[in-house]
Amino acid sequence: MYSQPRSDPLEPSKFFKNGAASRPLVPGTVARGHLDADQAFYQGAIGTNFVEEFPMPVTRQVLERGRERYNIYCSVCHGAIGDGNGMIPQRGYPHPPSYHIDRLRQAPVGHYYDVITHGYGVMYSYASRVEPADRWAITAYIRALQLSQNSRLDDLPPNERVKLEAQNK
Amino acid sequence: MPQLFHRRSNTIARVSILAVVLLVTAGGWLLHASFWSPYMTKVNVPIEQPVPFSHEHHYGGLGIDCRYCHTSVEKSSFAGIPPTETCMTCHSQLYTDQPILAPVRESLATDTPMKWNRVHDLPDFVFFNHSIHVTKGIGCSTCHGQVQKMPLMWKVNTLYMKWCLDCHRDPAKYIRPREEVFNMSWLPPINQLAQGRKLVKDYHVNAKQLTDCSMCHR
Repeated sequence: MYSQPRSDPLEPSKFFKNGAASRPLVPGTVARGHLDADQAFYQGAIGTNFVEEFPMPVTRQVLERGRERYNIYCSVCHGAIGDGNGMIPQRGYPHPPSYHIDRLRQAPVGHYYDVITHGYGVMYSYASRVEPADRWAITAYIRALQLSQNSRLDDLPPNERVKLEAQNK
Repeated sequence: MPQLFHRRSNTIARVSILAVVLLVTAGGWLLHASFWSPYMTKVNVPIEQPVPFSHEHHYGGLGIDCRYCHTSVEKSSFAGIPPTETCMTCHSQLYTDQPILAPVRESLATDTPMKWNRVHDLPDFVFFNHSIHVTKGIGCSTCHGQVQKMPLMWKVNTLYMKWCLDCHRDPAKYIRPREEVFNMSWLPPINQLAQGRKLVKDYHVNAKQLTDCSMCHR
């Protein structure tokens, strides 16, 4: 009863050659509901051209989800404000570039999606850890970070500006 | 006819009755004590691992979120043990010459999974689902303790049914705001019970159902 003749996730197994009970997917397997035919959404690119526009509406909810996911998976290296000075580079990992340099500010959104999916340089792929919708949410949040670091006081709506000025008094 | 029993036998009979009572009591006590001993429960006993992975360093020191490695905790019954690839996300660059990480490098090179030793293992007749717990405001540290202070992993709770029921009978004692679920340093506020009752209601936790047998034994 305590240990029933079945396999739990990731348990070892003597039955299979590689010793693992969980079977790897047959290459080319498409899970139900995962045809992922929408190229712009699932590849971040049409052919070899990165998409320039978000393939879904960017709502406040998406940005908040993006912030949460960014702080879990990205901020350890890229830093909370995207300056590339997270805790892991501080401990010796090569510094990633800041999101606020010109090259990355000009980069199309598809580029960010592509980097999360396939990795870049020494950065590993996060495809197995971050789902496509979350990759776009993170990309949207990176855009928000870029805006936050390159804004002028004049860009603020008047009521927000009053609030901010009150804080600085 | 000679007496079958000597006079002494009376005393021996009385003493042996007492001895049997004592023996049964002692036996019962011994069983109970061993059942709750760290030897049986493994509570506070660090479990040896092929690589001495430290939650204290990775979570407490570096501030890596639980979900960075335990990726499926929010959407699956199983929180997930990270594949070697996750370790190598950093360790392809950091501590690449450290002998203690040799098993990780070997695992990547030979494409064989690491063989971690399980710390929290429920009996197979218990159904447990991580995602529902974290979604309804039960934090990691409520069950797993302050892992940011654990250089090696150990259990802080027995995972016995009595322990599960303590919360299932009155979740208000342990429930916390959703945004604090992954905060290992969270401590219950002074008004925990009052706040807990409100959260149980807000998160639609059907407290009456929680002690149904079929909740956990399916």
